[in-house]
Amino acid sequence: MRKNVMKTIAAGTAAVLMMGAFAGCGAAEETTDKAGNGAAGKTITLAGSTSMEKLCEAMSESFMETYPDITVTVEYTGSGAGIESLVQGSVDIGNASRGLKDGEKENGAVENVVAIDGIAVITDKENPATDLTTDQLADIYAGNITNWNEVGGIDEAIVVIGREAGSGTRGAFEELLGVEDECAYAQELDSTGAVLAKVAATPGSIGYVSLDVVDQSVQSVALNGVDATEENILAGEYLLSRPFVMATKGEISEQKEEVQTWFSYVESEEGQNVITQLGLILPE
Amino acid sequence: MNRRAKKHVLEGVAQYVVTLCGILAVFAVCSITFYMIAKGTPAFFKVGVPQLLLGTEWKPTAAEPAYGILYIILSSVVGTGFSVLLGVPVGLLTAVFLTEISDKKMAAVVQPAVELLAAIPSVIYGLLGLMLLNPLMFRLEKLIFAGSSTHQFTGGANMLSAVIVLAVMILPTVVNVSASAIRAVPAQMRAASLALGASKIQTIFQVVLPAAKSGILTGVVLGIGRALGEAMAINMVAGGSVNLPLPFNSVRFLTTQLVSEMGYAEGVHRQVLFAVGLVLFVFIMIINLILQRMRRKAVDNG
Repeated sequence: MRKNVMKTIAAGTAAVLMMGAFAGCGAAEETTDKAGNGAAGKTITLAGSTSMEKLCEAMSESFMETYPDITVTVEYTGSGAGIESLVQGSVDIGNASRGLKDGEKENGAVENVVAIDGIAVITDKENPATDLTTDQLADIYAGNITNWNEVGGIDEAIVVIGREAGSGTRGAFEELLGVEDECAYAQELDSTGAVLAKVAATPGSIGYVSLDVVDQSVQSVALNGVDATEENILAGEYLLSRPFVMATKGEISEQKEEVQTWFSYVESEEGQNVITQLGLILPE
Repeated sequence: MNRRAKKHVLEGVAQYVVTLCGILAVFAVCSITFYMIAKGTPAFFKVGVPQLLLGTEWKPTAAEPAYGILYIILSSVVGTGFSVLLGVPVGLLTAVFLTEISDKKMAAVVQPAVELLAAIPSVIYGLLGLMLLNPLMFRLEKLIFAGSSTHQFTGGANMLSAVIVLAVMILPTVVNVSASAIRAVPAQMRAASLALGASKIQTIFQVVLPAAKSGILTGVVLGIGRALGEAMAINMVAGGSVNLPLPFNSVRFLTTQLVSEMGYAEGVHRQVLFAVGLVLFVFIMIINLILQRMRRKAVDNG
């Protein structure tokens, strides 16, 4: 009898606790939502590239710490849609992970490059093939070329290493190379460090990582004869790079005060630190 | 009187504390189950049950995404199955050696060694697999598939590596549980068998092991549970591409699917990962139900 009573109490308590916990979660979510859309105070709205999510999240978080009275909201709708909303005037800043098109510029969008994303293609140190064309690279990743001797290397199978679905580096690499959703990966690793280590340890392997992490354990491959260096990327000669643009409608100086504050923060030492910590290159 | 009252209060408090701890455990199980179902089922509605469970294409970030996890489920099942096939005979024979064959001195060395094996964190197994097994597999791969134009070279990170690592990882579970089951077989049975003229080996395999059957099976099921739930070591050695679970293919298990893609997944992709978690959860629950039933049976028989 007593046992049954205890059981009932236990189950009851558990149920109540559970309800409380879930109700708690719901309530918390609601409040953050409200804060996010809060009309009170100054706000900056950004919309655009999903590839810039990490940059925008890090930058807005750090920005709002310095300027707690300004609320920054970012939507990730894609580069084209972002510039579209900018031109229509529904957001303050349009994010694009590519250079602006002429048509967009004619509509009044001004290109402000805040950072540059660079990707290096790496192989193990013993590999004699150190220069590939972009077509060869695309064929390697699509699985059409499977041996290094097809691209001027030794007779060695190519081990194609990449990142997991959802990784920003993978997205950028496939997009820039034009091999979206066609890649046949032999290994999908879930961190930059893992790719670096695996490529260093596997003869015949090829992988891609953010430019800033390339070290002595691997060698980076030149594309169409252009080495993956910051200078070449800034000069616009290296293919696997793209600008991160925060476009404004009209020059920055014509924007409302909050937006000017945002850009001066991006230009400040703290802002530049945020960019370099994400492995991005600073534009000159 | 005072002392009695104090004792009474103490008794009461102790009872409440103990009860509270019990409730906490129940609460944890209930909330985890509830959470997994709540989070895991929406993907089934969004993607469709057959597309999700029977689809072979995993392209979560494509323009037209495909969320088929059949190969992932198969990899988990095949990987676990073969690691058990490999690990259980070795583990069982080790248990026989420990309990029936070895002298006390040898057992004093082997027993702690096996226990130590159980204490090694899985990331260490993964590291060893990565550094030793994968290069070895790569050499084997190059030998076997020399000149093949259809095989995708994986650099040694494949299903076979995962199976071997898992087999070693489940050894201690199988050995320890089987050894205690064998020890529990009454000495009279051995004596009777030997008295009837059976040799020692005959006695072990035809009398002792059948008598310890349910205990040994418990060990096997526990091993299956461990292999199925392992993530870290497999993530390091199996390559991580979604492929048919062939020995030299790079594969992804249910567990590693969660580990590697949870970080950046969003939208339906994220929901599908929760569905993957739910599938794994269901598998583990089934294993545990089997285990509980077997234990109950063993108790009934005993």
